[in-house]
Amino acid sequence: MSKISVSDLNFFYGKAQALHDISIDIPEREVVAFIGPSGCGKSTFLRTLNRMNDTIPIARVEGKVMIDGKDVYEPNTDVASLRRKVGMVFQKSNPFPKSIFENVAYGIRINGIHKNRADLYERVEKALNDAALLGEVKDRMNTSAFGLSGGQQQRLCIARALAVQPEVILMDEPASALDPIATQKIEELIVELKKQYTIAIVTHNMQQAARVSDRTAFFMLGKLVEVNPTQKMFTNPDEKLTEDYITGRFG
Amino acid sequence: MEHRIIDQQLDLLRDKLLLLGGTTEAALERAMRSLTARDSDLAREVLEGDKIIDQMELDIDRFSVEILALQQPAAHDLRFVISVAKITPILERIADHAGSIAEAALILNDEPELKKYIDLPLMAENAAEMLRTALDAFTSEDAAASRRVIEQDKVIDKCYHRVFDELITMMIDNPVTTASAAHLLFVAKHLERIGDYVKDICELNVYLTEAAFIKHSPRLEAA
Repeated sequence: MSKISVSDLNFFYGKAQALHDISIDIPEREVVAFIGPSGCGKSTFLRTLNRMNDTIPIARVEGKVMIDGKDVYEPNTDVASLRRKVGMVFQKSNPFPKSIFENVAYGIRINGIHKNRADLYERVEKALNDAALLGEVKDRMNTSAFGLSGGQQQRLCIARALAVQPEVILMDEPASALDPIATQKIEELIVELKKQYTIAIVTHNMQQAARVSDRTAFFMLGKLVEVNPTQKMFTNPDEKLTEDYITGRFG
Repeated sequence: MEHRIIDQQLDLLRDKLLLLGGTTEAALERAMRSLTARDSDLAREVLEGDKIIDQMELDIDRFSVEILALQQPAAHDLRFVISVAKITPILERIADHAGSIAEAALILNDEPELKKYIDLPLMAENAAEMLRTALDAFTSEDAAASRRVIEQDKVIDKCYHRVFDELITMMIDNPVTTASAAHLLFVAKHLERIGDYVKDICELNVYLTEAAFIKHSPRLEAA
């Protein structure tokens, strides 16, 4: 069974339809990259997976988004627990105005995941370690998160997402504001995290999609044009539209 | 469709490859003529010209790497650069074989001519025709034409075996011809190898146009 199974998904901002009949299955522990020109709907689609679009009053969804066989848009879905299970990392790192430790501990505390204080420390350290950040911050855990570099802040946000034990991680252009070295660290991290998590990443950087993902999905004007193994997508895509996009003929 | 920076570079890369292809074709034709017309000056010219072909190969290698590094081509663009980068050394090797034929001509031209060199001129014409058609097919990205050329290689192989048998018989019947016949055997072998190389070029054109690796797959070759 697929970890995520989306069928006939339509999404509207008021009367404007932003996504048209999207169907895609994402197996467990796969990295799938969403590419496409600006405004093609890839970020909107990503946000439908953990109902982040619920925050937009005029947004409306039709179709099914099944995660582990359960439709996340069923009325009785607990959205908070859905977002814990399906974590998210944004384009711009958004640490809380707190210490490094507290940034990661926050989600653990409010969800009551830890057994005791020692367990809380252990979980914070593990999340920071899994986000490949612990080594750089272990001596200044109680200093402000704002003192970290952009790349470190982004990895802190990943650690924060990992701390609440998600199963799926959604990343919306997680490295677009970072320099090449920080970008490389995020990409290495994605490849490492794949062993444990299912990851969907939106990126404008085609080489990034090629480097980190198992499959790539190409969106255009709110439609899913093609989804294929990344190797095929970048050497011999099925659709001419995909070929035109990845070879820079438009976009 | 917008004009892309890479288009200009891919066009230039194609031009460079075709120039190398044309120069290689000419080297083969002149090498054979130096043999059949017993023109040793022409043979020396072929050998001298090989340096230019080597330089062309290096130039295309450098340019292909530059495009890969700076333009990061994908899909058809990527397959095009890869195909050119793989066809280039094949052409250089064909030119090397032409050089070896010219070297044989230098030796044979000082000896009495053996029975108009049997089927060798015909074999050379076939090889040259295959090469010309293969390069045309690459330019027009015509995979069907490439597959037809691949089939033609069998004709060259047959011709080679006929020449081989004839030359061996000649050596047995008239041992005084052995040295010359041995040189001609090498010429026949060079032409047979050229046929194989042209086949490789055709396989790369099928890769370029269909993204299919048909090398070592007889079933796909015929598709």
